[in-house]
Amino acid sequence: MRRYLSVFLTFARACLVRDMTFRANFILECVTSLGWMSMNLAFYLLVFTFTSEIGKGTGWTREPYFAFVATGLIINSIVQAFFMPSAEELTEMVRTGGLDAVLVQPLDAQFLLSMHRFDYSSLANGAVGVGLLAWSVSRLEHAPPAIAWLLYPLLLACGVAILYGFVIMLAAATIHMGRNQSLYDFWFYLTNFSRYPAEIYAGPWGGPLRALCTFVIPILLVVNVPARVVAQPFTGESWGGVAAIVIAAGASLVVSRLVFQWSLARYRSASS
Amino acid sequence: MSGVAGGTRGGSALRGLRTWWTMLVICIEERLVYRGDFALGTLMRFLPIVTQIFLWTAVFSATSRTDIAGYSRNDIVAYYLLTMVTRAFSSMPGLAGGIARSIRDGSVKKFLVQPVDYVSFLLAARVAHKLVYYAVAIAPFALVFFLCRGYFPPPPDAATFAAFVVSLLLSFLLGFFMEAALGMIGFWFMEVSSIVFGYMLVQYLLSGHMFPIDLLAGVPTGLAGVSLADVVRWLPFEYTAYFPAAVWLGKVRGERLLWSLVIEAGWVVVMALACRAAWWRGTRRYSAFGG
Repeated sequence: MRRYLSVFLTFARACLVRDMTFRANFILECVTSLGWMSMNLAFYLLVFTFTSEIGKGTGWTREPYFAFVATGLIINSIVQAFFMPSAEELTEMVRTGGLDAVLVQPLDAQFLLSMHRFDYSSLANGAVGVGLLAWSVSRLEHAPPAIAWLLYPLLLACGVAILYGFVIMLAAATIHMGRNQSLYDFWFYLTNFSRYPAEIYAGPWGGPLRALCTFVIPILLVVNVPARVVAQPFTGESWGGVAAIVIAAGASLVVSRLVFQWSLARYRSASS
Repeated sequence: MSGVAGGTRGGSALRGLRTWWTMLVICIEERLVYRGDFALGTLMRFLPIVTQIFLWTAVFSATSRTDIAGYSRNDIVAYYLLTMVTRAFSSMPGLAGGIARSIRDGSVKKFLVQPVDYVSFLLAARVAHKLVYYAVAIAPFALVFFLCRGYFPPPPDAATFAAFVVSLLLSFLLGFFMEAALGMIGFWFMEVSSIVFGYMLVQYLLSGHMFPIDLLAGVPTGLAGVSLADVVRWLPFEYTAYFPAAVWLGKVRGERLLWSLVIEAGWVVVMALACRAAWWRGTRRYSAFGG
């Protein structure tokens, strides 16, 4: 375990040195990342000029909703910074045969392939997310209880774990498809479902979709559960969500591990 | 003599057409090599529209308004679906980045020594990409539009439909030349990915892809009587998403429709000239070494 931690820290340091070597590019990437986030925030601000709530009686008024958005920013920035760059690289490694060099290393292949490249500029959104969370929570009608703040980091970690599982499974699909340039796009579209409160998925189509995205592909739990404990009144029902996201996180990690190993067993080298 | 000259010109035109056709066929074959990736990419384009339908349904359920900026709930859903059609024509994924990469890694130099025009080659490749995309996407598009037919107003008259088709074709050309011109910046900067990403952000916001531009009509700019929507309408972006959708929905009619088509065609010419000028200036300062 200590060996893996040491390798992880070495990767982290090397990527930081690389990012700092091209500082102007790093700053530009931070700015563009913040630009995308600002655009989304502007859109939500625009929406709230036409309505006071997202969904009648849902409790997602402006400040709780921005706490929800902030939670999504924090979770997504962690995944984008630490896992997505490696997963994207895997798609080309499979096609070009570069994966062979990784498989002969005396370390776990999933660890090496999913955590060897970091993108620190993505953490800029997370930093803004923390600020947005502080701003919105301070304006809530009800302050979150201490237990909510104790649970919040754990639930964020669970959200990250669920998304990590999806990243690994999508990356593993590359091995079967030969090329998966759409990985990043698919990731964007998949996580799109998690960007809104679960209550908006209502009606004859929304109900089944909500059930699908909660129990089968638990993408709706990722942001909804952590955001709810701080942005909505903490009640006994909140514990159901907490249990659900912990189970989903564990299941996501296990299933993704199995899928990855199964896919890797079917890998045929593309190099000569 | 004139007959011979005419014949030579005709033969040259035929050869040019044959070259273009060959480029098109090669590009179609290349696109079909990774069919799984292509089909997956096509399918997932429909996912964001689902969340938009639910989001706007939730917004309308929480307000007593029957319309927002002239759009009912159904209009907004229809708008998003129509912008998907528009974006299927005007979006050029990977074009600017690909041009910049070919400049950086030197592969562009073959177009400097071969009798193949680079911009024409890129256009043929993009037409091929779109043809394959439409062939793959027509079934899911038809299914989604059939399932969502209740959101749409009655079909427009023949003249409006014709204007819609023209606006779509122009949006393809506008999208192509805008992105190609952007990629040519690679002649001056080694790395353009951040610039391209910045452009995509602006494009996404100002094209009406994110929401109908009419929603900005109430957002002040600080200039008397000028809203943010007015400012956006001075720019070319709206023709790559908002305008064709607005034409279908009858939001732009009569004389304004005709003028808008003329302006859209004008932007195509401007961007095509900008692209050509950038290529011409760029290749004159470009140097490459080695094999």
